[in-house]
Amino acid sequence: MHPAPSVILFTSLSGLGFGLLIWLGLGLPAVSGWVAFAFFAIAYALAVGGLLASTFHLGHPERALKAFTQWRSSWLSREGLCAVIALCLMALYGAGLVFAGERWTVLGWIGAAFSLGTVFTTSMIYSQLKTVPRWNMPITPVLFLSFALGGGALLAGQVAIAKTLLIVTGVVQIAYWLAGDKALAGSGSSMTTATGLTHGTVRAFEPPHTGTNYLLNEFAYVVGRRHSLKLRVIGLVLLSVLPVILLLLPFSHILALVAVVSHIAGVLIVRWLFFAEAEHVVGLYYGVR
Amino acid sequence: MVCIMTTLPRTTGKKLGLVIDLDTCVGCHACVIACKGWNTENYGAPLSDQDAYGAEPTGTFLNRVHSYEVTPAEGPAQLVHFPKSCLHCEDAPCVTVCPTGASYKRTEDGIVLVNESDCIGCGLCAWACPYGARELDAAAGVMKKCTLCVDRIYNTNLPEEDREPACVRTCPAGARHFGDLSDPDSAVSRLVADRDGADLMPEMGTKPVNKYLPPRPKDTLEAETDILAPFLAPIAEEPRGFFSWLDKTLEKI
Repeated sequence: MHPAPSVILFTSLSGLGFGLLIWLGLGLPAVSGWVAFAFFAIAYALAVGGLLASTFHLGHPERALKAFTQWRSSWLSREGLCAVIALCLMALYGAGLVFAGERWTVLGWIGAAFSLGTVFTTSMIYSQLKTVPRWNMPITPVLFLSFALGGGALLAGQVAIAKTLLIVTGVVQIAYWLAGDKALAGSGSSMTTATGLTHGTVRAFEPPHTGTNYLLNEFAYVVGRRHSLKLRVIGLVLLSVLPVILLLLPFSHILALVAVVSHIAGVLIVRWLFFAEAEHVVGLYYGVR
Repeated sequence: MVCIMTTLPRTTGKKLGLVIDLDTCVGCHACVIACKGWNTENYGAPLSDQDAYGAEPTGTFLNRVHSYEVTPAEGPAQLVHFPKSCLHCEDAPCVTVCPTGASYKRTEDGIVLVNESDCIGCGLCAWACPYGARELDAAAGVMKKCTLCVDRIYNTNLPEEDREPACVRTCPAGARHFGDLSDPDSAVSRLVADRDGADLMPEMGTKPVNKYLPPRPKDTLEAETDILAPFLAPIAEEPRGFFSWLDKTLEKI
């Protein structure tokens, strides 16, 4: 799949932003006043910034409001609704903490639940697609949720929780890669099922046109996949191993900042791989993966 | 109404679709051109081209013809031309993923369409389609797909023989057939039954309406294809006389 920067930024940053909102909604840390304002500002910058980035790849962003209507069937629509509800509830909860000095606990929990729901619905947009076997796995939502919870805990300064969850995130990421590497072969789709030509070995002889097209640009991304193992190791070290080591050292704000920057860089790398490594079955018609 | 748009109809009155004969298709791409022409000049945003006369031309097509080489376990390889367009699936994943309700399947005849004024161009329906039937038009920013020429098949301004999809009307080989696949007695349904018409990627669970007729087995050449063959067989297996001498002399040089 084509790794569009807007979608990588959106899923990475919004995941972190809503992850931070989950912990803030649970009262971890139990901040108020201007400290709370700073935490909520970071969370909203990430969550809303990511959502805005996601509109950049739309053909008609001015019609984006229509995307809230089809929540009965569409995970993308559900995600939009969940995100707006979470942002509204958490804004109210945050306003209480910052301006009124009040902690509306139940409102925080509901806001945290919708923030978690936003990350889950985002993951289901990918996980639902049978056409991309590497995404069409139950571990895909687990992966997105562990990233949001681990990264959110790190941003929320919950050192003890973050250490554990970042290790869990690393393990889930490795499990996702191991399962994903077998997904296309295990999907049962091949050039034979794609063409229905069962009387011999099928080889793509000639593509429909000499030039490229939307389908190849969008679904048959091959550049850079050969570096995937190196990128996997670099991404895993940056997102999980290094931050955990830094959190184990005696606490300092500088080290915490380095841990956050390292984690975000790692998330961006593995999210790029999430798209670049994913094979769409339409590639079978072109004899490419 | 919103509910009907967003979800798939339980049943459709008809199942209009195409039956494509892979045995007959000669790979001339006339259907590709007829489709591009009709759907650029008629309903919806035109099918645009980018860099059409430059070094890297691309463009939107609703119908593309692939060619495959099929090598059987024994015997010569066979070339199969393979036109591919929207299969108007009964369980169309492109419809249910659409966040705006722009993608829908018609209850009356099962045609899958895009309401272009509601499409935000997110591309998710193209991701959900296993067949590559949907292409986001780079100029219009909306999703384009085969309409089964819905603006031809019911168009009473056209002569009756033209009320079929442009690709079917133009096919010089008669490799494309249009009809109602819900009616077991229709010409297309009988073709599917007689020729073992198959679904593409049945494992995707999309239940495509369009069917593909597999190529017939190649004729096998018998030992004697011509009654005159015995008389035309070479008489001299080994050269004799002058040719024998010439053969040996040339070998020695």
